Parts: sequence; structure tokens; C-alpha cells
Amino acid sequence: MMSKEKKKVSRRKFLIRGGLGTIGVLAVGTYLFRNPIRRGIAGAIDTAETPYMGNTSSPIVWFEVTSKNTIVLHSPKVEMGQGTFTGLAQMAADELEVSMEQMKVIHADTASGNMDGFATGGSTSISSLWVPLRELAATMREMIKNKASEKMNISPEQLSIANGIVSGGGKTMTYAEVVKDVSEWDIPDTPNLKELKDYKFVGKPIPRVDLKDKVFGAPIFGMDAALPNMLYGSVVRSSAIGATYVDADISIASGMPGVIKVVKEPDFVGVVANSLIEAENAKNAIEVEWKVERTWQTSDIEEMIAVGKGEPFVIQKEGDSEDILNQENSNILKHDYKSPIGAHAQLEPNGALAHVEDNRATIMLSTQVVKITRDEIAERLGLDEDNVNIVPTFLGGGFGRRLHTPNAVQAAVMSKAVGKPVKCFFTRKEEFQNDTFRPPTHHVLKAKLLENGMIEAMEHNVSSGDVAFGSPMVPGIAAPILGADLGAWRGGMIQYGAIPNFKTISWRVTLPFATSWWRSLGLLANTFAIESFMDELAIVAKKNPAEFRLAHIQDDDRGFRLKEVIKAAVEKSGYTDEVINGRAMGFAASTDANTPCAQVVEVSIENKEIKVHKVTCAMDPGISVNPDQVRAQCEGAIIMGMSAAMFEKMDVEDGQLTPTIYGPYQMALMKNAPKEIEVVLLQNDDKPGAVGEPPLGPIGAAVANAVFRLTGQRLREMPLKLTT
Amino acid sequence: MKIFFHINNTPKSIEIDDGNTPLLWVVRDMLDLKGTKFGCGKAACGACTLHVDGEAVRSCSYAVKFAEGKEVTTIEGLGSEQNPHPVQQAWIEEIVPQCGYCQPGFMMATAALLEKVPNPTDEDIDKNIINVCRCATYYRMRKAIHRAAEIANVTNPAKTENDV
Repeated sequence: MMSKEKKKVSRRKFLIRGGLGTIGVLAVGTYLFRNPIRRGIAGAIDTAETPYMGNTSSPIVWFEVTSKNTIVLHSPKVEMGQGTFTGLAQMAADELEVSMEQMKVIHADTASGNMDGFATGGSTSISSLWVPLRELAATMREMIKNKASEKMNISPEQLSIANGIVSGGGKTMTYAEVVKDVSEWDIPDTPNLKELKDYKFVGKPIPRVDLKDKVFGAPIFGMDAALPNMLYGSVVRSSAIGATYVDADISIASGMPGVIKVVKEPDFVGVVANSLIEAENAKNAIEVEWKVERTWQTSDIEEMIAVGKGEPFVIQKEGDSEDILNQENSNILKHDYKSPIGAHAQLEPNGALAHVEDNRATIMLSTQVVKITRDEIAERLGLDEDNVNIVPTFLGGGFGRRLHTPNAVQAAVMSKAVGKPVKCFFTRKEEFQNDTFRPPTHHVLKAKLLENGMIEAMEHNVSSGDVAFGSPMVPGIAAPILGADLGAWRGGMIQYGAIPNFKTISWRVTLPFATSWWRSLGLLANTFAIESFMDELAIVAKKNPAEFRLAHIQDDDRGFRLKEVIKAAVEKSGYTDEVINGRAMGFAASTDANTPCAQVVEVSIENKEIKVHKVTCAMDPGISVNPDQVRAQCEGAIIMGMSAAMFEKMDVEDGQLTPTIYGPYQMALMKNAPKEIEVVLLQNDDKPGAVGEPPLGPIGAAVANAVFRLTGQRLREMPLKLTT
Repeated sequence: MKIFFHINNTPKSIEIDDGNTPLLWVVRDMLDLKGTKFGCGKAACGACTLHVDGEAVRSCSYAVKFAEGKEVTTIEGLGSEQNPHPVQQAWIEEIVPQCGYCQPGFMMATAALLEKVPNPTDEDIDKNIINVCRCATYYRMRKAIHRAAEIANVTNPAKTENDV
């Protein structure tokens, strides 16, 4: 009955390393699509229904069975704190029939063949691997069972499996014993997956698999990578916006202590030295000639980011809002909102350790785009892509900062120049000035209320610097085809489908410095604008803000899920418009990548500053593979969103981005974090959805709305600052 | 120059050209203890926090020559899997880390705080734990700090009495 495909898996895949047996697994089905990256980005942004873009249709090493009867999962998705390794381990363990203690997860290097063609980003890691990974694990379990049947001479039907042990007919064999000395495998059809209720680990708050490494200080980050005979490199970077490299005088630097070589390339100059400090000292002695076209100021940028300038692109239209809103009418409300330039400020600076030898290269680094990192290095060095091995490490924060890694190319060029491993990374000042920033935005919201307090028409105009456009993940041709920057409008569409007439228009602006992906993309700023405006409308309409929103949500599946999180947040928080004991509440909701999220905050004013005491967050990500880590993502995203909405702001002064250090770049610290965060998880979808970014959406508006109720001050600009 | 100090209870003598080299790089690159992190190089983020004679120090801005004759403790010396420090135990119980990069600095800062203030209030925590965590794990960290105090007081009740 079962069709079997006999495949001889190459010897290489079964390399025995120190007695460890390695298994190659053939995946069933294909998850590749045409234009995969673009499809992935578009999917990630609107629905999070992104297919996994690794090649699961050819032999790939996903799992290794060790002689100690543990399973090593080679993850093509990187771990940057979001808890993906733990979720993947839970999904695999349940189908493999092993315990969590038997699972170990490591990063797959690109030479292993288990490479993700997309990226780790867009809150898609668990959702995109939900089906393929469980199918791979189930297929492997059946392969082991069938092989055990052969070795034990018992029919598969008489065998049972638990904790990595096959038993039957009074005999037992561990997985390790089954795979020993096997070089040929039958790949069965993909078995049926278990039912959700039969899972032991999926859906449970299992502790993070990387917890101990991170508590005891294991050297797991890109910054910690080391190789024998390693040298240190440092690249000269301009602090001026828009500077292009012309030439450099390296005469002094070349003779400085510890310097091995000053590497002059057509597009950059760097130095390689014996120690980090020697490399930095020599770098500072290089005289570089830069070409700078213009000395930019914050006012120039503010002038550029303005609705009405640049190319408009309609991204959402229902009915005829224009006709209604162009009338002279006292029931028309119109307000402007703004958000500033935001830095990633991840704690681990960008860096890479590169080792280029003859015709091959090995690069160890924190990256969210293993394939782009690999391809760019191969192209620059003229190497075959298969001869460039990217070895991803744990990331000291991602947040979108590592979706482009030109610094890895520079490290590889310098390693090639000296014939030894070279490690180089950004200083903190370089990190702040050469970031791929969250672009500033300007929003104009306009709506007309009917006599009954319902919205007749609404428009959202958003002007933003580029997010997706300009990123190497999006082909250059995408901009003219797509028109609007799909990263900039994330969260920008009006989610209240029961409004009869509405429209959203995105205005594209390309700024003189790099702007790109920042956790949740446009969601934070767009939701701040839309949900502040909804609150203003509710107040004019004399309605409870949550009920006002509920009345404008359409009756479909998406609408149902949004209504449910709103109701849950209101109920759990006991939301009220009243100010009680000097504290007021604020409400906001958003739907991001198909995950609805509603938040209620409780604020007071202390020493003339906004103090957030409590946040209640109701979110429906569908299945929570690990509810504890979903909660952790909500807690972190809420405080990170507060930080961006209340404190963070980059300026442009005399041609430079500033500030260049923590502190002056003000962020939320322990003292600013709410002491209470209550997370309510709903599950009105039958699969896992986006988690890492959606809870960043509502917080900014929720705080602003609470501040208005408390003080009467309507703050329409991030970072939120009281006027007195 | 020659500098002698104890690192995680082991005597160590190092030879270094420049005594102004930050202790951070000596610990990371010469002693190969990578748990102490580089974040900013200007004592602004706390990722490099370790202990010198029990005091929390931001080692990126602490010249190694000042460590002469002193006891330096890093996250690797704070506790072990077999014998975790109360702070590490609490961090595990509360599942605090996300990306994890800043966490050794926070744990070292917390351990030093608990030596001085065995039962810190929220205000003590706000005033003393001023490192930066971009994943913003502050909510769980606060819970873990209170939990660490509980664990430490059970292990060492004498301290509680002093405090009360």
C-alpha cells in the first residue's frame, strides 16, 4: 500500500563523527514558490502566511541522532531571543517521540545544506515551519521504526515508540542503536501528524532550551567567536550622512604597533592588527577623504517626511471617502501625528569572524539572513557559493538590524588580504551612526462622524522613509511594481471594516541615510496614529473607546478575532474612562500579520513624567506552541514599544546622526518598566501565527490615550512628552 | 607591565604592554572568559559588568592596572550549573533571558546589589539596576531579583536577620 522511494543517501550525509551517527532526512512535498523572497515578504507583512523557503524537497540534514540517544536539530532559523529554538524543539520532539531532555538545537551552517532562503524575521519562524518541521520529524520517526523493524525482525505494527526507544516482542532498541551503521534508508510517505490534543510538549510552557547557556555565560554569540591565529580588523566608517569613500592616506597607520596590514579597497579602507586595541588605534590614524554632498539637519528630514510630498500610492480603498471628507462639515475631524527616527540599539554590535583560505571561506556571525550573507561574500570574493560557509551564532538581539550584513563582506575581504582569520565589529558610535534606522513618519488622519456617533468615512495618509525598499531582501525591481513600500504600511491599513468609506494612502520618501526593518516595521507608528485618532473620535462621539471600536469592526473571521481580544483586554483590565486615585487607563488595538492584539495601560504622572504601572495585553496568535515564550515576547515587546513611544529619538545635527551612545539615546530602563503585565492568550485559529512583533502595535497609542484622560493633553508626536 | 590578580578565585599573573587596557578585553581575549560582554565601551550599558573585590564594575571602562592584587569575579565564577548562585537560580526559575547578551551584566549587577541590600525594594532595584536590555526583559528581571533575595536568605539566614 505504502509507496516507497528507495534512495541511496550519499556517504557524506552519514559521516560518522566520533561515533555519532548522522541521519539525512528526505522531506516530502515542496514549499518553494516563484519569487520566494518577495512572496515571503508580502506574506509576512500582511498575513504571516509565509512558506518556509528552505529546500525541503532534497536530502537535507535536519536531525542528528547521537550515540547518547539524543537528537540534534539543525535549525535553519536563527535564535535571537524570540524563543524559536525552544518552539521548534517542542514540535520536533512530539513527532519524533523523544523527551525534551533528548532534544538539542543548534544553528545549521549553510554548508550543511539546511539553509533558509528567506530570513529569520517577520514573526514567521514557528508559523512557516509548523507543518514542514513536524512532517520531517514524523517521517524520520517512521524511518527509524521501519529500520528497527528490519533489525529486530518484528513487523512495524508490533512496535511501539517512546522516549527515543523502539520496543516490541520483548525487545528494545534505542534510536542510536537503530541508526548505527545504516547508510541506506527507505523514505516513506509523509505520515499523518498527531492531533493537537495528543502532543505532550506543543502548547506547554517548556523552559527555553538555551536557558542554561545564557544564565551561565556560555560563549554562544557572534562576538564570542574565535579561531586559532585570529587577528582583529577595523573598518573606517564615516560619521557623516551620505559620505562616499574617495581615498585614504595610510602612511602613519601602516607603521603603527601591531599592525599587520592596512587594507585599501575601492569602497572602503580597514586595518588588520594583532589586537583589537591596536586595530582601533591604527584605524583612527588613517586619514580618509570622503565626499559629502550636503550637510543634513533634522529640519531637512522633517521637511521631506510630509504627507503630500513624493509619490502617493493607494493601498486600501472602500467606498468613496474622498467625496465625503472634502465637504465643509463640522463633523469632520482631522489630526496630524508624527514618529521620529528610531535606532535598533541591540546590545551586541554587528560583527563577523571571517576565515578565507584559497577557494573557500568560513564566516561566523550573528545574521538574520544566512543566504544573503553567503551570496554577497561569494560574489565579492569570486567564490562558488557552495564554498562559502556561513556559521550562524546566537544573536545578541536582532530586531531587524541583521537583515543586511555588509560588514561580513568587509571582514572576509580583510581575511583574504592577510590569509588569516579576521574578526571585526562596529564600535557603539559606528553602530548608532550606521544603523538601518526605523524611518520617521508623518500621518494625517481624517474622518467624519454621523449624528449617531458612527464613522461615515475615514482616511489615513502616511508618509514614511523606506523600509522594504532599499533592503537587499527586496529586488530593486519591486519598488516600481509594488509602488508602496510594504514595510512602511505594515499596520497602516484601517482595520475597521464596518466603516462604509475608507482609504489609506502611502507616500514614499527615500531619505539620505539608510532606513529599513525595525521590529514590527511600520506597525508601531501607524498604530500610534490610527489608534490615537480612533480614541479622539470616540471622545467626540461620547462613546466608550472599546465599544466604539467594536461597533466599527466587520463581521468576518478577522473581525471576530479582533473583537475577541478587545473584549478580553477590557474584561481582564476592568477598563474605565474614570480617573481613579490619580491613575487613568488607555486602550488601543491592532492586527498585525493576522495576529490581533489589544492592550490597556494604567498610567499616572510622577515628577512631571508619564509612569506606566500596568499593562493588560490580550492577543490571539492562534496556537501558542510555547505559551510562556509567547508571554515573554508580549512582555518584551510592550516595554520595547513603550521605550520607542516614550523615550527614543535620533536627530540629525550638522550632517551627523546623533546621539551615539546609550543614555543620551534615551531608552526605557528597569525604573520605567511596568511592575504588572498581564497577558491573556486566545486561540481562535487552528495554527500558530505571528508573535514577536504584533504586541508592539498598540502600546504607544494606549499610553497616549491614557495620558489624555489623565491630563487633557493630547500627545500626537512620539516620543510622548508632556508639555508642562 | 606585570599585573597580578585573582580571577574567579584563581591567582593569575598577566604580562601586558598597556596597563590602561580595559579589564573587559583582558578578561575576554587574554583569559578567554567570554561571558562578560562588550556593549558600548563607555560604561553606558552595563553589558560588561563584573565584580572587583565584590563591587559591580563596568569593565569596559576600568583599566586593568587597577585590578592589581584584587579579586575579579565574572559570570563564569559566579556559580555553576551544579552550584548556581541564587541570582542564577532565580533567573532560571523565572525564565528571564531572551537574546541573553546583556544578561550576565544584569546578573552580576544584581549579585552585587544583594550583597549590600539583601532584601531590595522595588525602589532599590530601580535605583541600582540601571543596565540596558533591548529585549526589555525588565518585567521578569524584577521578579527574578526578588526571588533571588528569597533564595539567598534561605541559604544564608544570618543576612536576613541583619537586614531586619
